[in-house]
Amino acid sequence: MRVTQGCFSFLPDLTDEQIAAQVQYCLGNGWAVNIEFTDDPHPRNTYWEMWGLPMFDLRDAAGVLMELNECRKVYGDRYIRMSAFDSSHGWESVRLSFIVNRPKDEPGFRLERHEAGGRNIRYTTKSYAADRPEGGRYGGK
Amino acid sequence: MSSVAVSPAAAETLPSEQVDLRREFNEVGIGDVLDQLDRELIGLKPVKTRIREIASLLLIERIRKRMNLTSDVPTLHMSFTGNPGTGKTTVALRMANILHKLGFVRRGHVVSVTRDELVGQYIGHTAPKTKEILKKAMGGVLFIDEAYYLYRPDNERDYGQEAIEILLQVMESQREDLVVILAGYGDRMDKFFSSNPGFRSRIAHHIDFPDYADDELLAIAELMLRDMNYRFSAEARQAFIRYIELRKTQPLFSNARSIRNALDRMRLRQANRLVADLDRVLTADNIMSLEASDVLASRVFLTGSGG
Repeated sequence: MRVTQGCFSFLPDLTDEQIAAQVQYCLGNGWAVNIEFTDDPHPRNTYWEMWGLPMFDLRDAAGVLMELNECRKVYGDRYIRMSAFDSSHGWESVRLSFIVNRPKDEPGFRLERHEAGGRNIRYTTKSYAADRPEGGRYGGK
Repeated sequence: MSSVAVSPAAAETLPSEQVDLRREFNEVGIGDVLDQLDRELIGLKPVKTRIREIASLLLIERIRKRMNLTSDVPTLHMSFTGNPGTGKTTVALRMANILHKLGFVRRGHVVSVTRDELVGQYIGHTAPKTKEILKKAMGGVLFIDEAYYLYRPDNERDYGQEAIEILLQVMESQREDLVVILAGYGDRMDKFFSSNPGFRSRIAHHIDFPDYADDELLAIAELMLRDMNYRFSAEARQAFIRYIELRKTQPLFSNARSIRNALDRMRLRQANRLVADLDRVLTADNIMSLEASDVLASRVFLTGSGG
């Protein structure tokens, strides 16, 4: 099951050229671009690991792409996303976020039904991949 | 000049194998930059010639690329060698402008660094630091001043080597993203290159900046003064000619930079002279002109006459 999170996630995966164009748009707006990765893509997992520091004083997307490729070398089997943080007053939040790398094989999520009192049902989504220990979830070491 | 008709009507109907060179030239607008270079930089004949050559090469390269005759990105890394104050940084800024207009760098900004900004202080500190700078310089020009300090042969544990390796790697693999200009004194750069052959082979253009002649230094001084709305009186000009002669023989002479500093001190003395007589009514002319006494009070003349 293809994970869809953030911008452009219903489009085919962006090419590096398209990623660079989006990053350039972010830099042009003065947003800090971050690279984040995770192997636990649960929709409620907002806090992904950061790859390096936010990149806020770059002029050109090539620098970000360089970091992205470094990150892919190490965590190519995980989800990697770019997020752009707008520090200007009144916003102070992430303005754009999109997935730039995903594992080859995405086992998806299962829905668990928990029968509570009075025939109520509580639902939980669980990632199949997250059953395995961290680092080994997507065919990693 | 091109043999192709220059009139715009004819240019419209040119087949794609033909190129109107003049129109190309005007389109990228490097003519202005080159003219500005000629106008604003005094002397430096060999440098200007080289830059014109490089600009022509790049213009042709650009056309070749469009005609699918080449797909390679030309190596554009350069080294500027010359004594202090000969205009290396200024030319680097212009170079970035030219490269930007020709489309060989995307943004055309210059990131100017020295060893301190590239090399870390402890293990594992250098790589992130160098990469940080490289990321900032992407799409523009990375100007490394006094590049030979990166390599310290006397200390084999020096982290400079690590920075050099990262630089070399990026210079090779990301040629389309970044142009690196190394600058420094001629003899020390030669030594640096001979101990780092990787650098020499990755640098396409070596440009040597000659020292300025006396009359060029005077012209530079007058240009600087004009920019600041000052001028020499006739006697002050004579005195300054002597000042240049004497200053050149003294240690730590750094060409145009020394001239700028000298002018700053002269402005100081002029201001002091004017303020000394508070009852005087000043004209614009008084305020603008530097007198011989402002020049002659320099320490340079003392040591010059005293031996």
